[in-house]
This record gives sequence, structure tokens and C-alpha cells, in this order.
Amino acid sequence: MSTTHDDGPLAARVRHVEALLEERGWLADGELDARIDAFAAGGSPANGAAIVARAWVDPGFRERLLADASTAIEELGMSMAAGLQVQPLVAVANTADEHHVVVCTLCSCYPVALLGPSPTWYKSEAYRSRVVRDPRGVLREFGLELPDAVHITVWDASAETRYMVVPRRPEGTDDLSEQELAGLVTRKGLIGTAAV
Amino acid sequence: MADRFAPGDRVRTRTADPPGHTRLPRYARGVCGEIVGTCGRHPLADELAQGLDSAPRAVHQVRFRASDLFGPGEDGRDHAVVVELWEDYLEPTSPDPAPEGDPT
Repeated sequence: MSTTHDDGPLAARVRHVEALLEERGWLADGELDARIDAFAAGGSPANGAAIVARAWVDPGFRERLLADASTAIEELGMSMAAGLQVQPLVAVANTADEHHVVVCTLCSCYPVALLGPSPTWYKSEAYRSRVVRDPRGVLREFGLELPDAVHITVWDASAETRYMVVPRRPEGTDDLSEQELAGLVTRKGLIGTAAV
Repeated sequence: MADRFAPGDRVRTRTADPPGHTRLPRYARGVCGEIVGTCGRHPLADELAQGLDSAPRAVHQVRFRASDLFGPGEDGRDHAVVVELWEDYLEPTSPDPAPEGDPT
């Protein structure tokens, strides 16, 4: 825990508890950092981008992804079993009529082992409390203005499932390779706070 | 044990505010919604948080209308919020009473 969160009362409390655990021999020196590093090692937004790009170029994969994402991503050599516990993955796809956005109002649930750490704003109380109530307004603040006719669904990851959004494939990308398409996908797009 | 609810069911969330950890968000208490999916069976977070053994039970995706959760929005447009809830948090919405004198 010592590498990135040095400031603040919470960090101080975590360091204190960590020191007590080490003092009592319940935790080896540096064990926590090693565990966290191992947990986060396989996660990256690039995984999500690769999943999305495959769904854009392969309608069969898209169908399997939306039906059972945990199983479908194994086709790309990825797995939801890499985390501390196996969590089901659900992928929700944006369409011309429907936009999806993901939040965890209770804490900060996010598919970390698949997509890497969540952005700081995802964990902020402002995002968590406001996006369920006024998603259109929050998305506008992110620079995403949705047409009036587009219906919004907010997914609150309040229990076991982890969610990712499959953005719409941008216009004029017919000539791009799957790899180039993956390069268009952002972490915000995977959460639903950006178009792609 | 059979699941108490299935996709398509209308349900109402409980209103109780338990003394310990729970994963029924406050904004979604005492509100009617529709089950749109089921996400397997998992031990109840409330019981795990107290160090108790907890048998896995169904966890459902329940879709609410934002207007039912928060009242009508300022711009009059509605959206949906899907919350994932253990079946313990859910009650059936009052079914229509059976007709009296039903000859069964």
C-alpha cells in the first residue's frame, strides 16, 4: 500500500494496521504490496478495448459476449477468475437508442483484475451519488451530450457482478483493423462516460 | 432451495435499515422494480460482514424507473437504474387477492 497512497488519514491508518499485523507475525514484510501487485498485474483497459474491438468486427462474438461475457472473454485468453474471487462479468452494449453507464454507489466495485484500477473520479462520492440521479447531466460534464431520444440505463454494481460497456463503433471506421479499432476505445468508454 | 423470484417478477425492496453492513443502497429502499436478470447465487454480504456462515442465495438485477427512485426529474425525462440485489432484500409486490369463493 505504500507506493501510491502516501497521504491522508486513511493511508496512515492502513500503514498502522499493516505494521501491527507485521509485528504480530500475521503478515510478512511487504506481503501486502506483493499481493496487490499480483492482483493488479493482469488488469488493463487494453483488455477491455480488445474485447470491444472483437465485438465490433465479429457479430457472433458480440452475441456471445452479451449473453455470457465471463465465458466469451476466454476466447481472447482472458478470464474473470484472475481476481481474488471469481466474479461474473456482464457486458452491456450501447445502441442508437440506449446508452449504458456503470457505477458502484456503495463503494467502488470495478472489474480491476480485467480492466486494471478504476479512475479516481469513479470512486468519488460526487460521481457515485449523482450519476444514478442525473446521468444525463453528469455525462454532459464529461463532454458527452446524448440526443434527447437516447434512453439511459445506469448499472449499479452493488453486489457480485462486474460490468463493462461496449460502446458503439464510430462512423467511418470500416477500413480499420481490429487492432486499430481497439486503439479507439478509452477507459471512460468502457464505463460509459465517453462515447468510445 | 428454489429461488423466490424469477426474471419478469415485480418486486418491492425492503425498507428496514439494518444495524450492520448491507448492500441494499439507501436510495433503492421501499421501491418497486422489475427483475430483469439473475446473477447466480452468492452468500449474503450482510452475514459475511458479521463473520457468519451464509448459504448462497439468488442475486437479481432489478430495474427501477428513476422517477420511482427520485421523483420526476427537472427535465421530465426518465431513465432506468439497474441495481443488483440479494433476494433477501426483496418482497413480492402485493398480488391481486384471490377471488372470494374460488371453488378449488
